Amino acid sequence: MSRSSYLFTGIFGSFALSCFALVLVPQMQIGGLTEHENADEGTRYPVVNTRQGREIYIREGCYYCHTQQIRDEQNGADIARGWGTRRTVARDYIFDDPPLLGSMRLGPDLANVGSKDWRNEEKDEQRKPAKRDRAWHLLHLYNPRVLIPNSPMPPYRYLFDEVKAGTAAKANVLPVIAKKKGHEVVPTAEAEQLVAYLLSLDRTEPLPEAGGTKPAASASAPAAAPAAPAKK
Amino acid sequence: MSAATAEPPKTAPAAPAATDDSWSVERAHIDASARGPVLVFFFTALAWLLVSTFFGFVGSYKLQNPGFLADWPIYTYGRVVPAFHACFTYGWCSLAGMGVAIWLMARLCRTPIKFPGALIFGALFWNFGLALGVSGILLGQNTGLEHMALPRPAAWMMFIGYFFVGVTGAVLYKMRKSSVVFISVWYLLGAFFWFPWLFFTAHVLLGVPQLQGVMQNVVAAWFANGLNNYWFTPIGLAAAYYLIPKVINRPIHSYNLASIGFWSWAIFGGLTAMTKLSGGPVPAWLVSLSIAANIMLIIPLVTVGKNLFKTMEGNTHMIYYSPTVRFTFLGAIIFCIATALSLFTALRGPDSVTHFTLFGTATNEMLLYSFYSMVMFGAIYYITPRLVGCEWLSASLIRVHFLCAAYGGGLAVVVMLFSGIAAGMRALDPTAQASQLIYNTFAYLPGRTLALVLVTLGHTAFGLHFLLMLLRIGQPAGQATLFAPLGQEEDHH
Ligand code: HEC
Repeated sequence: MSRSSYLFTGIFGSFALSCFALVLVPQMQIGGLTEHENADEGTRYPVVNTRQGREIYIREGCYYCHTQQIRDEQNGADIARGWGTRRTVARDYIFDDPPLLGSMRLGPDLANVGSKDWRNEEKDEQRKPAKRDRAWHLLHLYNPRVLIPNSPMPPYRYLFDEVKAGTAAKANVLPVIAKKKGHEVVPTAEAEQLVAYLLSLDRTEPLPEAGGTKPAASASAPAAAPAAPAKK
Repeated sequence: MSAATAEPPKTAPAAPAATDDSWSVERAHIDASARGPVLVFFFTALAWLLVSTFFGFVGSYKLQNPGFLADWPIYTYGRVVPAFHACFTYGWCSLAGMGVAIWLMARLCRTPIKFPGALIFGALFWNFGLALGVSGILLGQNTGLEHMALPRPAAWMMFIGYFFVGVTGAVLYKMRKSSVVFISVWYLLGAFFWFPWLFFTAHVLLGVPQLQGVMQNVVAAWFANGLNNYWFTPIGLAAAYYLIPKVINRPIHSYNLASIGFWSWAIFGGLTAMTKLSGGPVPAWLVSLSIAANIMLIIPLVTVGKNLFKTMEGNTHMIYYSPTVRFTFLGAIIFCIATALSLFTALRGPDSVTHFTLFGTATNEMLLYSFYSMVMFGAIYYITPRLVGCEWLSASLIRVHFLCAAYGGGLAVVVMLFSGIAAGMRALDPTAQASQLIYNTFAYLPGRTLALVLVTLGHTAFGLHFLLMLLRIGQPAGQATLFAPLGQEEDHH
């Protein structure tokens, strides 16, 4: 073989190896997963999250600050902190296109932010009800600093409208002062969709490959969680 | 590997086989053929560099002051950051890299470029696609896949543009007149082929029919890693292997080391991607494989590092005189540090601290800015005078650029390393309050914004200087602009 063909073969071979080992083999292993059927309750998991809200989450790039993946006890304190009840596995994401795993945690993980056990801080934090509901998330999106002083999360005021006072349904009006006099702040359809998406995020369903307990059995606050962070 | 070492070249890179006179005529001929396209690449790369610096600054400042420009959807953090990445990697890094790679390839193969027009066409296509893509991201059209956020049609348009570059590179190699295939040519050839394969495979796999769920993230991680290891790093090392020996006027220390460094990088560098997903929802063996590959990167790290240092040995004083050497050699040092750091944080223990923090951003920025971009700066300082026919006007401007880029870039990296460690250590403690986690990440960030002010200054100086060169405002051709007068001349033209 000539020197050039050696070189070329090597360049091609190394690429082929990389593609084979890191893409093709995993594709064979996890590329065709199916839903998990819970025989006891006759339910299927995962379910498809609301599409519209997800699209807004993507559009605004929330995933540049928030992850949606829970690592197991060997990799940090995600579970002890209350962000999840088990590690997340490939099957959790089969309907996500693409999965918004994220790689940066400037804010908390949101993989389970809609589940009723989600915790991000000590129990007695006044401004954060244990269960964040629609109203809480809307206000937080409008201006995080109303609820969390010094929050570095951006305000998404442009997902809200200002309407003449008294014209909107009471349940929709945010408890903030509008910029325009005599106006009130109400969420746009997009803000509602985004919050609906957040509230649908729940990956606590036990899966055989991921372990984890029934959601109901794990309602412990992080303060009560085992205080032994895995170091390895 | 044996073929690689079969005929070690006895001389410095691209040494003339014929007499000096005929070589300088040939050289002038090659440079003339490269002038148009290479200057287009450099000019547009610099424009993107300035744009990306702007987005980088906005993104960084927004973390300190989220109210800043908050009512403009196009400037929201989650759009500015991917826009910054796209402008920086595809605008600055890729376009500068293609310019340098084409010029080096022509010089090292001693072959003029047949169709410079095709290259210019390719460059324009790439730029057009990228401009569409970045606008798309700012308007909210990102794909949702980190590292591959550009809207797909824009990405394909860039790929068409690249096609002309890749083909030109391959043709130059095919037509080469020199019998010796210098180590830089290996890296360039690697880059010219790896990039399109990688790009094509990844984008086809994510096209129709879609891969299921997490496999999309796997492909994106593979692609992002490939960009660094199969595209930017090879071009950066090709330039370093060319520029350092050239300016200090002695051959590369060891051809064997160079060859080992190349092949070990080609093999292991392609397998390191999945540490990006360690602990994530992927098979455990996949991450383990990448950790092992990361450990094996010790081989290219040591061989490439030793080779470049040994080549410099006895000539380190050139750092004080030659801008090209100062930029390039600093880049080479940072290459070693950055590779060592990412190797270390690939290990499970360190990774459980630094994963999901700014530490990873820091090592990436180290590789792409403090190594790769520094080498590109050095290369542009070396190449441009040979294309426009005059030397850089002002050593002081170059000095300002160097100081700002080296210290600004360094400060940004150090700040993020510390932020990453501080936040990561805290996050291991489940009783740490959410507000503490935030504090530990953000306390350092004003340092990064300051660093970006410095970097902006440096890039502005560089941009200005480059414009002057395009207008032929500079020192008379012949004697390279040095930081200080030198007894002997820098090897020129
Ligand atoms: C600049 C980074 C950043 C971006 C971008 C960002 N966030 Fe946040 N987010 C944070 C930080 C930091 C916190 C923790 C402080 C707080 O709660 O405000 C947080 C907290 C949250 C919380 C949890 C609040 C709680 O404690 O229950 C939710 C939900 C959330 N963000 C949703 C979003 C959504 C939706 C988007 C996109 C529209 C988004 N974030 C974009 C940084 C960010």
